[in-house]
Amino acid sequence: MHAFLTGPLFYISLAVCLGGMIFRFYKYFTGLSWQLDRVAYKEYPMMGLKGAWRSIYKWLIPYGTYGWRQQPVMAAAFFAFHIGAVCIPLFLAGHNVFLKEKLGFSLPMLGACAADIISWLAIAGLCVLVLRRLVLPEVRILTDRKDWGVLLLSFLPFATGLLARYQVGDYGLWLNLHILSGELVLLAIPFTKLSHVFLFFASRAQLGMDFGIKRGGLKGTPMAW
Amino acid sequence: MPEGKYCNKTPITTAEGITDLLADKSGAKYYEEMKSLEVDSDLLWKTIQNTCKSRIRTWLEICAHCGMCADSCFLYLANDRVPEQVPAYKIQSTLGTIIKKKGKVSNKFMRDAMRVAWAQCTCCNRCGMYCPHGIDTGIMFGYLRGLLYQQGFVPWEMKIGAGMHRVYNAQMDISSEDYVDTFEWMVEEYEDDYPGLTVPVDVEDADIMYTVNAREAKHYPEDLAEAAILFHIAGENWTIPSKGWEQTSLAMFAGDWVACKQQVESVYDAMERLRPKRMIGTECGHAHRASVVEGPYWAGRKDGRPPVESIHYIEWLAEALREGKLKIDPAKRIKQPVTLQDSCNYVRNHGLRDTAREILSYLVEPGYFIDMDPRKQHNFCCGGGGGFNGIGYFRKERNVGLKVKRDQILATGAKLVIAPCHNCWDAIRDLEEEFEIGIKWSFLKPLVIEMLDIPDHLKPQEEDE
Repeated sequence: MHAFLTGPLFYISLAVCLGGMIFRFYKYFTGLSWQLDRVAYKEYPMMGLKGAWRSIYKWLIPYGTYGWRQQPVMAAAFFAFHIGAVCIPLFLAGHNVFLKEKLGFSLPMLGACAADIISWLAIAGLCVLVLRRLVLPEVRILTDRKDWGVLLLSFLPFATGLLARYQVGDYGLWLNLHILSGELVLLAIPFTKLSHVFLFFASRAQLGMDFGIKRGGLKGTPMAW
Repeated sequence: MPEGKYCNKTPITTAEGITDLLADKSGAKYYEEMKSLEVDSDLLWKTIQNTCKSRIRTWLEICAHCGMCADSCFLYLANDRVPEQVPAYKIQSTLGTIIKKKGKVSNKFMRDAMRVAWAQCTCCNRCGMYCPHGIDTGIMFGYLRGLLYQQGFVPWEMKIGAGMHRVYNAQMDISSEDYVDTFEWMVEEYEDDYPGLTVPVDVEDADIMYTVNAREAKHYPEDLAEAAILFHIAGENWTIPSKGWEQTSLAMFAGDWVACKQQVESVYDAMERLRPKRMIGTECGHAHRASVVEGPYWAGRKDGRPPVESIHYIEWLAEALREGKLKIDPAKRIKQPVTLQDSCNYVRNHGLRDTAREILSYLVEPGYFIDMDPRKQHNFCCGGGGGFNGIGYFRKERNVGLKVKRDQILATGAKLVIAPCHNCWDAIRDLEEEFEIGIKWSFLKPLVIEMLDIPDHLKPQEEDE
């Protein structure tokens, strides 16, 4: 079982995730139409790039936008969770040992203490996101089963990972469940709302180009996100 | 009854068609007929497949249902935060459902969608600035309006408005002759006060081609005279086109893209015919959006720009004051608390966030200008944008929507609201009527004329006693 999870299934899920997302990126950008979207993308590539970049990085900075500052609790929960969701899979020491073994390269590694803190913050952030969905009427009305599915999918790797890390009960079982849930996330990314992992950049870039080219950018007034 | 006599899928293309529909007072029969108007699901789905591409589809798909757009919507705030007014919900439960069901939706569904598209969104695009994913619900509502228009589910006034553009190339039944006559007549009225005042018609190669909102010719002709006076005092070489003078587009509010194209092309034809250096439009927000921001795309102009540089009235006014073409008498500056209404259509959606403030720095005695909160690109819609002001069927909803602007104005303590936009001007007039908060409202032109320091040679010569 362990061999299958760390062998074929790992390669398959990674390939599906990356291949699927390259395809979706391709479909997204070839599906943009200057006339339907009413944005002259190709005529002003530099203004477009500037707008796209601005639109992305401003929103990646905690409290970097007016929108984030308007909703400080949501912003805190969002960044607590997403910093973990990006940093832990990519930079956890254990993951990189595995990566080196499987793919022959590794990424910078987090210290054990930092990894613990980031993980627990992610769990805490996720709890607030769940709480919002349960409590706030404006979020509740939007919430459907898929949203819960995505939250569960995102929660499982953290939960199983921490259970394995603290060796609660059967370490081997938690480890296998952890690997499986991580691979499920990879497999789900191209086909579910988890696609936002990549499509966030596409969508933000598009709106950035829209404002950078059409809605004020050419007037010299970049959008004050 | 699949297609009604008044309510049907066919756009109005004749003057008789407009008269007939206008005769149905307030659209009583029109809305009655709409209850049995058939939905052409095949056409709906085909149109979606042809026109709903990756941008909108991705928006609908990746919406995280986080609800962060809620507070950005003035209609959500004005309606006691009912969750049905959350932008993401509004679009998912209309356009989202139509796509999910591949166009197989009921008559009742389409009528509800019409209510959401015209009475629960003004396409102010504010929510687009507050979505982490960059989802602009206002754009999607514009798109949805097009689908609803094609199926005949469009408010009565919008159907008429789009028809007006198709028939008269103007939002009202004003012919070229009527327009030029009105302009000339208004100028004559002011000739004695401003010697040499004229309205140059169809002059080629002028520096400025001036375009207007048809209702100025119909209901507020002083506005035409005021524009002439200011160009005259500033010494501008300007002209008006006898054809292609209408800058607005109710067709844009209606979602009638064919009429949008036809309308804006009439303006671009005038530019190409008269070859002015610049076009300057009147103090109107949606007119600017229609003819300068969106128009080039409807007309198929790949560079996204009109044939000649086109600017909003406030851009010209700021320039004229900056360059000293117009001089303000400091003694006549505004000395009462005054605030400014930023128009979504050229501030949030075309970046002109500081221009009107520059103008006010000349017009208002320091210390008397109080900005609204939020302001500039973050300002709330006046409450009547996107056609909302003009739809009798949704008047009650519109009046509720005005509460947010009322409270913003009250918080400034201003007694005068400057609104360089026809829609905003109307909404603020209506909110005063509705809530009686004791404010006055004004365009810029009449205020500037009151305060002008006119050079002696342009003043009327006093007769010898």
